[in-house]
Amino acid sequence: MTTTTPPATVPVLEAEKPTAAAVAKRKLTSPWASLAAIVIAVLWTLPTFGLLVSSFRPQRQIKTTGWWTFFSDPQLTMDNYRQVLDAESGAGLGSYFVNSLVITIPSVLIPLCLATIAAYAFAWIKFPGRNILFLAIFALQIVPLQVTLIPLLTLYVDAGLANTFWTIWLSHSIFGLPLAIYLLHNFMREIPAGLLEAARVDGAGHVAIFFRVLLPLMRPALAAFGIFQFLWVWNDLLVALTFAGGGNKVAPITVALANLSGTRGTAWHLLSAGAFVSIIVPVTVFVLAQRYFVRGLLAGSVKG
Amino acid sequence: MVAAILLFAAVVGAILFAATFFRGRRADRLTAYAYLAPTLVMLLVGLVYPGVRTIYESFFNAAGNAFIGLDNYKTIFTDGDQLTVLRNTVFWVVVTPFVATGVGLLYAILVDKARLESFAKALIFLPMAISFVGASIIWKFVYEYRPDQANVKQIGLLNQVLVWLGGTPQQWLVTSPLNTFLLIVVMIWIQAGFAMTVLSAAIKAIPEDIIEAARLDGVGPWGMFRFVTLPAIRPAVVVVLTTIGIGTLKVFDIVRTMTGGQFDTSVIANEFYSQSFRSDNQGLGSALAVLLFLLVIPIVVYNIRQIRRSEAL
Repeated sequence: MTTTTPPATVPVLEAEKPTAAAVAKRKLTSPWASLAAIVIAVLWTLPTFGLLVSSFRPQRQIKTTGWWTFFSDPQLTMDNYRQVLDAESGAGLGSYFVNSLVITIPSVLIPLCLATIAAYAFAWIKFPGRNILFLAIFALQIVPLQVTLIPLLTLYVDAGLANTFWTIWLSHSIFGLPLAIYLLHNFMREIPAGLLEAARVDGAGHVAIFFRVLLPLMRPALAAFGIFQFLWVWNDLLVALTFAGGGNKVAPITVALANLSGTRGTAWHLLSAGAFVSIIVPVTVFVLAQRYFVRGLLAGSVKG
Repeated sequence: MVAAILLFAAVVGAILFAATFFRGRRADRLTAYAYLAPTLVMLLVGLVYPGVRTIYESFFNAAGNAFIGLDNYKTIFTDGDQLTVLRNTVFWVVVTPFVATGVGLLYAILVDKARLESFAKALIFLPMAISFVGASIIWKFVYEYRPDQANVKQIGLLNQVLVWLGGTPQQWLVTSPLNTFLLIVVMIWIQAGFAMTVLSAAIKAIPEDIIEAARLDGVGPWGMFRFVTLPAIRPAVVVVLTTIGIGTLKVFDIVRTMTGGQFDTSVIANEFYSQSFRSDNQGLGSALAVLLFLLVIPIVVYNIRQIRRSEAL
């Protein structure tokens, strides 16, 4: 699925230099517009801010007063974080956090490796059935995960993989492949054929072309997909619950947090700190790699 | 973890290496198939086979040992609980894409070329990085309810605002169908940033001379939006609407984390999970998954046709 907007024209999140006149004009003619923008911005920020403030308030305070009382009676503590991370006195989110990392890294790298060579074959090698195969893989993007889960679980159990990280690694890799191939293929097609011809004339084979010519040029596309997949896997709940649910040793932090929310729905000191522990990694990745993420979005892809 | 990565790197390396030995007329063909082999195996085993298998299972009973034809589908469309699930899914799919796209579009226009544009955009964009579970917890806190007694203070923002306005606090997540819409708010909150980003890029891609020409013709701000901006970004709007629509159909995490599907808030994707893994009714679970699949197809087809058409122009 491509958007029709040319991807690279505008690095969206970079500030454009507005002319002073334009700004002044806008400010004068449309105070309502500014007000509406501010209202939306506040509505979108306040819920997160409230939970963040809460996560640093003492447990007793969270339970008895709203987080906004913090401004009249500021009290800070790290106890909530200590408690939610520690396995002995609290929810033990620390080990689930590590699980999330262990799950996410291979789930990004495996499909990247496989999709890159597959996309190369589709983009630069002529073979019978190429178009039909590519179309079939593209079409697989529409298969909802739900349709695959029960049979996959049976397969994993039969193969003796149940309750290992392999189930989650393989599942995420499989689900990520169609999008990865589609994105990388589109990007590879845009590389001028002349570059490859020149390399071929110099006697380079597929492997040499692949590593020396294409891979360095592919970096933005690889990054775009990598970030998508990273956020998707890190934030996933459905796949993890299906294959590693029920207090399993391989469950990621989203599962732990969802359970915490179900069983201790009023333990806001744990929930607020826990939520921020789980949010910190994707938000960091997101902020650092925003540019690639946006490029990926505009190149037309939202995993579904 | 390291072993898994190394294993796959080794597989890919072996394939690349082996492919260098292909010689002759068919070398290219063989190389291509070798490069595609691991992907095709994984997709066939992990997507195609399970998909077909699920369709097959959907015609079987709860235990999966007796063929019952279309009974599972009949249940979905006649059983009271299941009808509530369908109703809620309709609410989700009708409301979320339009409101999220509307807010995204409005915001994109409002902050376009404004001071601090990038910062303003980041505020709306950030929820996209947060997991649905994290977002659900954030909003559950907003909806938190404390009984209405003199010595009890509200800790949920929404109820506090209500109290400030002179109302009595509500148990927001218990009242149906209001609770479904309060869950939808969470999805809108997450998706508006996506809409804003894509639409903002589309707006910025409108050629300057068109805008200039319209301005010289004396077109006002509203006319500019109606006759210049909107037609120019129409294809992007369609993509955003359909993409959010597809995501919304499959929403599961929010419902599960916030209400667990209780109080009449379940949707198809959540019901699939409950039936398959909690009620042990794999037949009905499979049928729900297939229904989800069937509902996604027309949206995707429409989306692809729109893209085709706009690219042909």
